[in-house]
Amino acid sequence: MATYAPPIPVVSTDRAEREPSGWTSWITTTDHKRIGIMYMVATFVFFCLGGVEALLMRLQLGVPNNTLVTPTVYNQLFTMHGTTMIFLFVVPFFAGLANYFVPLMIGARDMAFPRLNALSLWLLIAGGIVFYASIFFNPPEAGWTSYPPLSSTLFTPSGGQDAWIYLIHLTGLSSILGAINFYATIANMRARGMGWGRLPLFIWALLTYSVLIIFAMPVIAGAVTLLLTDRHFGTHFFDQANGGSPLLWQHLFWFFGHPEVYIMILPGFGVVSEILPVFARKPIFGYRAIAAATVAIAFLGFLTWAHHMFTSPIPEAILVFVMLSSYFIAVPTGVKILNWIATLWRGTIEFTTPLLFCVGFIALFVIGGISGIFLATFPVDWQLKETYYLVAHLHFVLVGGSVMTIFAAIYYWFPKVTGRMLSEGLGRLSFALIFVGILTTFLIQHVIGLDGMPRRVYEYDNVGNLALYNLISTVGSFILGAGVVATIVNVARSLKVGVIAGPDPWKANTLEWFTTSPPPVNNFDVIPLVRSVEPMKDIRREIERRSGAAHAAGGATVPSGATQVGV
Amino acid sequence: MGHAIPSTLAFFTPPTGHSPNASEIDSLYKIILVIAVVVFVAVWGGLLYALVKFRKRRGAVPAQIRGNTRLEVAWTVGAALILIALAVITFVKLPAIQNPPNSSANGDRLAARNVLLASTERKLPPNGKALNITVVGRQYIWQYVYPGASEPDGLGAPYSYEEMVVPTNTTVTLDVVASDVVHEWWIPELSGKVQAVPGYHSYTWFKVDQPGVYRGQCSFLCGRGHARMIATVRAVAPAQFDEWLANQKRQISEANAEAQKARAKLSKQTGAGQVENP
Repeated sequence: MATYAPPIPVVSTDRAEREPSGWTSWITTTDHKRIGIMYMVATFVFFCLGGVEALLMRLQLGVPNNTLVTPTVYNQLFTMHGTTMIFLFVVPFFAGLANYFVPLMIGARDMAFPRLNALSLWLLIAGGIVFYASIFFNPPEAGWTSYPPLSSTLFTPSGGQDAWIYLIHLTGLSSILGAINFYATIANMRARGMGWGRLPLFIWALLTYSVLIIFAMPVIAGAVTLLLTDRHFGTHFFDQANGGSPLLWQHLFWFFGHPEVYIMILPGFGVVSEILPVFARKPIFGYRAIAAATVAIAFLGFLTWAHHMFTSPIPEAILVFVMLSSYFIAVPTGVKILNWIATLWRGTIEFTTPLLFCVGFIALFVIGGISGIFLATFPVDWQLKETYYLVAHLHFVLVGGSVMTIFAAIYYWFPKVTGRMLSEGLGRLSFALIFVGILTTFLIQHVIGLDGMPRRVYEYDNVGNLALYNLISTVGSFILGAGVVATIVNVARSLKVGVIAGPDPWKANTLEWFTTSPPPVNNFDVIPLVRSVEPMKDIRREIERRSGAAHAAGGATVPSGATQVGV
Repeated sequence: MGHAIPSTLAFFTPPTGHSPNASEIDSLYKIILVIAVVVFVAVWGGLLYALVKFRKRRGAVPAQIRGNTRLEVAWTVGAALILIALAVITFVKLPAIQNPPNSSANGDRLAARNVLLASTERKLPPNGKALNITVVGRQYIWQYVYPGASEPDGLGAPYSYEEMVVPTNTTVTLDVVASDVVHEWWIPELSGKVQAVPGYHSYTWFKVDQPGVYRGQCSFLCGRGHARMIATVRAVAPAQFDEWLANQKRQISEANAEAQKARAKLSKQTGAGQVENP
């Protein structure tokens, strides 16, 4: 009877490599997951600040001729609100999500350029701090669009405008560096077998988001540099009295500004394309069509900028061209919506909170898409532009669109990031409040605009039903705010008492669920071979096959980072 | 219930126009609204049906469908067709929105004498005659300069602030400019917006069908007083308008004469800064 000697451990290092901890480890980290978490936490703080600004504005407009805030403060509020939500929340929140999940979803161990990644984060935070420091001096007040001559030193001498320019420079550079990093990572570091046709749709969306940022952001960076030199170094790029042109700003700004819209919504589309198949227990309907529509939207997004300028003195040929290109962009967008509904069709839908947010997104985004058609029709836009109708439209696509998908992403991926589940009860409550809040706040704003109320006014006269409609909108905004608070409470509670999630609580399709929750520093011990667009489905099937019927009947769970699944 | 649908549609419709272009935009808006409601009901209906019908039930097996090329091509083409139809409707409506008609026979005589020069941007009535008013946007008041200059280079023309007075049934063309920052001219019941951009001219027009006061305001952020940059158009009978314009012109020239006298008196005085108390 042969006996085996117990194996003798071989000591190869004199100290154990421990995971770094303490606050300095967060500041010095180049781990894409920690950077991603910091991105998301920081941008969510900015989201809350922007939300408070929005609520202050709604309070001011709750009754006609209100005197709660002065005209100056009101102008500062909407400038801060718009700039914060766009440059400090939606775009960088998706960057944070991308940071965390791009390497995990493509089976990589980090981003292509980890230190560049840390630089992106700190540039963003520096931009936010510089911008918000201005509230202790003079905040900017020329709107997030900052049209000259209003934003010139003659009409806005305060340094707040310069803080705004600085914010655009810093966050823009942050976005560009981040985008280059995402592109390089996705192009070069995919798991074996993950061809372009097996890329998760969220990754397709982020790839397109990155390309859009790389093309669009330098334009706004150039434009604000021209504004800066106009303001402080005596140039006259936008000064009509000295051979410059205020229209030049409009073209440059919107050449960036319209792709920016898609920068803010395409990653959200990607989130929905990931979540719906998981909870319908069905593959995505028309993978190729959705990926192609993403790219088509990005391309057309560069041809529609002048639809923000339908009332500016520009030739009619451009109006016609831009109307048609804006119509055309509705086709791939509509195709996506139909594909999502078809994904739900004949599935077995589980109404988890992430799914609710995705479905709510479809419902609300459709309204924003339809009002977009009115606005794209330029003669109709002549009536609707710069009114509360436009405000309603852009909030349906940005709050009903981007913010809903961000909340879907939070509920879907929180278990992966923290290892704990969020509470479903609070999640449902949050969803209900946000959904009802958005409808109450913004649906009525279409009517407010049709009744002749322009945007960016700090007061209005009590003509017609404007007082009632504005009050409804204000009440709605607080319902929406309560919904956001419910999620914040949920996150704070679940960090401590949430149910332990395990590696794959949703039985999802993509590779991030292959590793533990939260993932280890190196993400994966072994990176599986990818054989389809749903690698986790293949892995689960493989485990069932290998572990036999008995094990499968007991409900096979996926081992984390499972080395034994050497697929 | 039968009443609910039209009244909901009316709720989401702009107020009735009082100028042909505003009315045409209004009717174009309503056509799009009908199509929009159909699309909205179809998508929300499909979504709600799917959510109710295909919710998870005991024993239900999800169909593993990955797509359906024929269906996908069909709805892509369908969406494109709806939009092409909308574009066609817009182009059919466009001339009536953009091109001003001639003044009516009962319109103002001043307009009938006032022959204007057309350009690619500036649309004129077929007979080339309209009452042309220059609209000047400045922080935070609108100025209107009417025809009737008494001196060369358009000097001495009558003007007014905030309230524009126009004759009914007369084609009024507007030449919109700005003297400081970007403003936007908008009277919802009379026509769409045009932006007043420093250094540029924007053009629009209206032809008011009945007397009344039409309210609007600057619709593009122009600074702290933006919300109070009100514009009104008071449409009166042509005879009344002529009377008003003559009166306005007389008052302005009288005021100018007074100012001239005061200035002459000042220049005669010796010593700087001394102003006689009247």
